[in-house]
Amino acid sequence: MPELIRLTIDGRSVEVEPGTLVIEAARRVGVKIPSFCYYEGLSLAGACRMCLVEVEKMPKLQTACTLVATPGMVVRTDTPQVAEARRAMVEFLLTNHPLDCPVCDKGGECELQDMAFRYGAAESRYLEAKHHVPEQQWSPVVFYDRPRCILCYRCVRVCDEGMGVGALGVVNRGGRSEIAPNRGDHLECDECGACIDICPVGALTSGMYRYQTRPWEMNHVGTICAFCADGCKTTLGVYHDRIMRGNNRDRSGLNGEFLCIKGRYAADFPHHPARLSRPLVRQDGELRPASWLEALSLVEARLREALAAGSPIGVIGSNHTTNEENYFLQKFARQWLKTNHLDHQRTGDVPALASALAGREGTLASTEDLYTARAVLVVGADLAQQHPLLSWQIRANWRHHRARIYVVTTGPVREDRYAARSVRVEPGGELEGLLALAEALRAEPDLVILFGDAIQGEDVARLVAFGDSLGIPVKYVCLVDYANSRGAADMGLLPDLGPGYQPLERPGMTLEEMLECPDLAVLWVVGANPLIGRQRPPSRFLLVQDLFLTETARLADVVLPAASAYEKDGTVTNVCGEVQRLRKVVAVAGVKTDLEIFSLLACRMGFQKDPVGWETVLREIADAVPGYRLSVPALLAGAPQRTHFASQASSSRRGKVRSARDTLFTSGTLGRFATILSQVREAPGALYRG
Amino acid sequence: MKFSEQTEARLARLIESRPPGHLRSALVPMLLFIQDEVGAITPEVVEEVCQRLGVSRRDVEEVVSYYSMLRRKPAGRYHIQICTNISCMLVGGAELFEHACRKLGIGHHGVTEDGMFSLEEVECIGACCWGPAMQVNYDYHHHVTPEVFDRLIEQLRDNGGKARER
Ligand code: SF4
Ligand code: SF4
Ligand code: SF4
Ligand code: FES
Ligand code: FES
Repeated sequence: MPELIRLTIDGRSVEVEPGTLVIEAARRVGVKIPSFCYYEGLSLAGACRMCLVEVEKMPKLQTACTLVATPGMVVRTDTPQVAEARRAMVEFLLTNHPLDCPVCDKGGECELQDMAFRYGAAESRYLEAKHHVPEQQWSPVVFYDRPRCILCYRCVRVCDEGMGVGALGVVNRGGRSEIAPNRGDHLECDECGACIDICPVGALTSGMYRYQTRPWEMNHVGTICAFCADGCKTTLGVYHDRIMRGNNRDRSGLNGEFLCIKGRYAADFPHHPARLSRPLVRQDGELRPASWLEALSLVEARLREALAAGSPIGVIGSNHTTNEENYFLQKFARQWLKTNHLDHQRTGDVPALASALAGREGTLASTEDLYTARAVLVVGADLAQQHPLLSWQIRANWRHHRARIYVVTTGPVREDRYAARSVRVEPGGELEGLLALAEALRAEPDLVILFGDAIQGEDVARLVAFGDSLGIPVKYVCLVDYANSRGAADMGLLPDLGPGYQPLERPGMTLEEMLECPDLAVLWVVGANPLIGRQRPPSRFLLVQDLFLTETARLADVVLPAASAYEKDGTVTNVCGEVQRLRKVVAVAGVKTDLEIFSLLACRMGFQKDPVGWETVLREIADAVPGYRLSVPALLAGAPQRTHFASQASSSRRGKVRSARDTLFTSGTLGRFATILSQVREAPGALYRG
Repeated sequence: MKFSEQTEARLARLIESRPPGHLRSALVPMLLFIQDEVGAITPEVVEEVCQRLGVSRRDVEEVVSYYSMLRRKPAGRYHIQICTNISCMLVGGAELFEHACRKLGIGHHGVTEDGMFSLEEVECIGACCWGPAMQVNYDYHHHVTPEVFDRLIEQLRDNGGKARER
């Protein structure tokens, strides 16, 4: 532990680690020094001069954001000279500013407004004509209004350093300086919107939100992103039951402020005109609208018939429904429908990892571990496209801690740029490619290995054996595709494993087998689209629950309109096995949550007396599922809870695992109904594009 | 793009002299050397520099738009830069610039029709003791009165460009 440095700020004594900046030291004792260009986690710019402070024995005011604390330093932030400097800086920043706050998207949450309010610069001595530049649209996502820009370069740095994209630059000089996109008049980038959110003023605005509403007119609800498996917390702004935008400015949740385009701007799918709002039943070969009563009675009758005849029933679960829904569905299937024909579209071989790591504590990497590990190995995945948050974490780890990154993929990836070693292999050669890295990895103090569907079945155990052979602590992440893919596996939506990967005596059919099986009386598909590009399966009755009339729903006998992740409460488990709370953001007329549907059916069929709520099921999960003994109160309060693999977890050897290979701009069915994803010119994106 | 042997040699020296991983720092001199030959930083030049240094187009655009000595359009055969900053202004720099405009029939950033001369009003060029100061390509001219200016122009014209060029 290096010796601490003691300094005085506004008469208060504070001790900080060597290397701490004065602006940070001040925050520790509750002194907030105003800043625009300073941004925690990004490189220093020293561009805005808002943070000027007085330091004893230094003749001129100093920028607190670039000044490193030294022993005995005496800093004052409350002198008339400092106040005058701040006032002058605000006046200076406002010289060319259009002062169009009444119509600016940022009005009400603008840092420049706040500074002007606090440090005052109501009067301007600037009489010259303001330099005007028309507003520019750079992409469907990003718009730039130069006159509002205060040239803090936050956007440039977050895109360069945070995103690893580097799409923004600064052109011209002095008062004519402006931010410019990488393709001259337009952007080609991740379209993540990080630059928009980080902009302290309204210079960068988003295609989704601009000129739609005022920040204070919205309700803000923090929930978990409905798209990929990384589990970012997104705070959705809601106006009149419509989702207007997503952001995470309070840096809460395991993603901090990170979000990709899907978490920020793809949240309009709940309001898509193609959304199902009434049950549909097939009559004379056509699907026609029906009441919930009629549809549920029909389903009940078919299930009762099948049970009475002892005919097999198949159930295909979802990668998007909550843990509670998944758990309840497997209970419904196994306990009440007496069937083990239960599966979901598996996108990563989590059961194999559960088996390989059974009984070992602390071998699952958390999202945080990706930021703190000394070394990270990526096997067979394009993280920047498929797991944007994990990619961000690893990049931050490299920037802040000089972590060493190793890559084994079949094509170039963004990680190559800062990787200690990148190995290119033929498809299927991933495990072998690893061997080339063994020596380098052995020299690392610790390691996190992330692997995609290139490693599955027996290969997962081989990968873990390779990890063991390194003689260093190794943690793993098995990459899966969607918001609750991990939860679907953990909750036992598998033909041969129950919740927590407990082996079953009589394994049922896999998804593929169910789709081919001619004897199924009922095939029940929940929030999945396995029939895309296929014929109707031979099962006698096909029940589908979904948001949209998917290819699978089109073939169904009954379609029940389901609520999306943004329309319900519950929990989901991310790719790293962290459980987080989903909160209902909006209500959509006509639909029911999948849990409501299951529960209503269970009541009708006499399996239970009263419908259950998600909290009841969550408590049951916490009691019954090995590895899920989590703190329910902490979870309800919004803290992610880590899970682990139980000691007797078993491996599923049945059925192939396949990632859907979504990119930044696709995401299965949901992606098709999120307007912005298809509008950006980079869509649909390419894997291994680098 | 391929440049003259002489320019290529300069560029090669430039790259050799950078420590590994610091190629980027060759950006400004590389742009200048190429501009000396091509006459301007054209889109093709930008592309070429990106490739040679492994930097992005954005990086090059930032630099080109920042430095006024880097041009997007070709200047005349003789690029005349007249200082009107304080020291020069006190001894007639501004008048010299106005005279030059009249004489050449062009303004700031203009090029004569025959492509022989171009004119630019610049800030201090570091010759304050000998103002009004002026630069023609890389040559300095001190104490430039309108008469001195006219004589120089005639000389350059007579020479038909045979005097020292860029
Ligand atoms: S949207 Fe994201 S990737 Fe695109 S310029 Fe902004 S920060 Fe960079
Ligand atoms: S656009 Fe916003 S973030 Fe970027 S430099 Fe201007 S004010 Fe700063
Ligand atoms: S990284 Fe994944 S979870 Fe995070 S915002 Fe993007 S799609 Fe959503
Ligand atoms: S915050 Fe210190 S100069 Fe901008
Ligand atoms: S002011 Fe003209 S050269 Fe310095």
